[in-house]
Amino acid sequence: MSPLLRIENLSVTFATRAGPIEALRGIDLTVGAGQTLGIVGESGSGKSVTAFATTRLLDRAGRIAGGRILFKGQDVSRLSGKEMQALHGAAISMIFQNPRAALNPIRTVGLQLADALRAHRDLSAAAARARALDLLKAVLIRDPERRLDAYPHELSGGMCQRVMIALAVACEPALLIADEPTTGLDVTTQKTVMDLLARIAAERGMAMILITHDLGLAAKYCGRVVVMERGRLVEEAAPGRLFAHPQHAYTKRLVAASPTPNSTLADLVGETRPAGSGIPAAPHPAPPRGTALLLEVQDLVKRYGNAAAVDGISLRMRPGESLGLVGESGSGKSTTSRLICRLIDPSEGTILFDGQSIGDVPARDFHRSELRRAIQIVFQDPNDSLNPRFSAFDSIAQPLKRLTGLRGAALRARVMESAERSGLGPDLIDRFPHQLSGGQKARIGIARAIAVRPRFLILDEPTAALDVSVQAMILHLLDLLRREDDLAFLFVSHDLNVVRMMCERTIVLQNGRVVEEGASETLFARPQSAYARELLAAIPHFDPGAPLAATA
Amino acid sequence: MRTLAVTAPSRAMLGHLAWVLRRNPLTALASAGALALCLVALFSPWLTPYDPIASDVPIALQPPSAAHWAGTDQLGRDLLSRIIAATRLDLAIALSAVGLSFVVGAVIGSFCGYAGGKLDRAVGRLVDVLMAFPLFVLAMAMVAALGNRVENIVVATAIINLPFYIRFARAEVNIRRDLGWVEAARAGGESHASVVLRYLLPNILPAMAVQISLNLGWAILNAAGLSFIGLGVRPPTPEWGILVAEGARFITTGKWWLVAFPGLALMLSVLCFNLMGDGLRDILDPRQRT
Repeated sequence: MSPLLRIENLSVTFATRAGPIEALRGIDLTVGAGQTLGIVGESGSGKSVTAFATTRLLDRAGRIAGGRILFKGQDVSRLSGKEMQALHGAAISMIFQNPRAALNPIRTVGLQLADALRAHRDLSAAAARARALDLLKAVLIRDPERRLDAYPHELSGGMCQRVMIALAVACEPALLIADEPTTGLDVTTQKTVMDLLARIAAERGMAMILITHDLGLAAKYCGRVVVMERGRLVEEAAPGRLFAHPQHAYTKRLVAASPTPNSTLADLVGETRPAGSGIPAAPHPAPPRGTALLLEVQDLVKRYGNAAAVDGISLRMRPGESLGLVGESGSGKSTTSRLICRLIDPSEGTILFDGQSIGDVPARDFHRSELRRAIQIVFQDPNDSLNPRFSAFDSIAQPLKRLTGLRGAALRARVMESAERSGLGPDLIDRFPHQLSGGQKARIGIARAIAVRPRFLILDEPTAALDVSVQAMILHLLDLLRREDDLAFLFVSHDLNVVRMMCERTIVLQNGRVVEEGASETLFARPQSAYARELLAAIPHFDPGAPLAATA
Repeated sequence: MRTLAVTAPSRAMLGHLAWVLRRNPLTALASAGALALCLVALFSPWLTPYDPIASDVPIALQPPSAAHWAGTDQLGRDLLSRIIAATRLDLAIALSAVGLSFVVGAVIGSFCGYAGGKLDRAVGRLVDVLMAFPLFVLAMAMVAALGNRVENIVVATAIINLPFYIRFARAEVNIRRDLGWVEAARAGGESHASVVLRYLLPNILPAMAVQISLNLGWAILNAAGLSFIGLGVRPPTPEWGILVAEGARFITTGKWWLVAFPGLALMLSVLCFNLMGDGLRDILDPRQRT
């Protein structure tokens, strides 16, 4: 039996100003009817290009340079526009990464579903509406009758993605391509969306290609996984085998760099564990109990109108300690970090830093405080945390000029030192953000924060936008810097595995309140609150297996 | 060491410039036209073949000829000389008016966009009120009230352009104020004012440059329009609007050149600045440089 989709020796090139770039260099893969194939790889590996080529949605600069894409024996790359349109939706459909951007903001959900249905089938408006309602029920949207007349902005991210799924399966396609369908969603939402996708695929006998950077997700939901690196397929196997016994060097690196419930920072960057130490080492020895507090936050509240984003949070940190702040979107973790960083003013509560009350210094005047230097922050998205008109040098030098008054050769020396400590080569120092990769930009963000020699560093999801291998290096770097400078970390993250590795203590937030607090090891091994248990259970895992641990 | 770092980007900038112009020949043409206009304006006293003010009644109202390329007017003055001399005044009015409204508007708009809240709402309503007037009539009223002088044309043109710059700068700053690098600047010890002036303003310049270029053409038209209806610059000072106004009286008797050539100068200059706008955006956007 011939497979549903067969890609033979596919090459795609993009015409750019710097000349043609080969995005795919001859890949072969097949998907049988009803199968689920996972494509994993890091950014630039060509996983999305594969999807776009298959659905013929490549943007104008991209061109299929060679090879064939056979769908039910028909070469997709040779179809006319009209034939292709018939194929879209009815035979192959696609779900995109950002569900909100993929929905039309000015049409109701019901109308958009009806549009998709009526594009491929002759249906009356009433029949299409009835069918749309069935679809919303199928994707388990609560209160489907009302949601039919809702606009996308009235729905949460998870709900939008469910609507996207409903749209994608509306015409009963034989193949569904899901390109990072849950990136940007909370773990618990991710779990419900992925469970739903898997169920719908199984019920309808639909084949699925799941494109993801998350090995755990691929392991949990795919029957077969291919690994891509720079436009090539490097390995293909069942997920259990692939992740337990990776063959290719790249797969090995990727597997090692992905945080798991048992990995340590040393594992991520491929360092050998000291022989004989069975238990993973604690991230950093906790400071002795008697030390004076560095930070004491008491009943912090931040209200926006009537809603409280932060609703009475208290926490204490000693010098050199690392505290994790976890929670899903809307839990108030980012607001808390900005309140403590004194970028916004609290509505109530006190913030004591080193015994001094800083909560009552207005945020607008805090830049003049001598403690401004002591409290620094590293931001989430390296792409928007650097001024596009500043070179790397300027980005690091500007806070130094402001906060330390260094000038001339001394300034340059400090900038170069911070850049070097952050792993940024001197050849990159005069580049602008758009000439740098995500990981390099993240390093500039770190260099900028440590250059003024702070005592307390807030890390707001510092690796959320990075590939796992880059994340591993950045986490390792941060841990190293922390030991060298005896920095205290407030590590804000939604990634529980990362927090467990980086922090001795963790606080779990929900709706602006602390629901659980404790030593990371205990909290992750035996969560007490229902919410923490739910969070932990939602993380998709792959089991690296015993043989890997032995070789690592 | 620093000099090396300075020359490298500027060479890259030149390369980028060449690339943008090659890719978009219309921009190159418009930029060349705008540059030519500026040069003409700068060197107009040396470029005019005759004295633009001296009359020579015996040769009045002659059609274009080898001696007078654009013909002569009702007082026998060389029309080409008058058009060339007018370039300086018209460009000067337009540039200073647009410059004034850009600086004032960008600063006010940026602070509104960054601060939001009461200030933003108050300024927003004020701008709405200003824009509710027919702008040209407003400019007429201002010049009439303030007195018929060149400075007043500049001020009037600047004020009627102000709302656009305020709104534009406000919107551009507003979408950037919550970005990581703005918060990072605050954490790096910058005050709100310096975040606006040293971080946000330079970042909205590329978008503003487009607005400036489009506005220049409009400001030239506005100044010419005011003079055309007898406000602002007064004869015999050569100015495009006045030239058209004076020529209009003779158009019924077939003296077409009196209107056609100043009108053409006006049209070409507006066209050049408008077309240049899009090109400018490509040139100034740092993301385009690789």
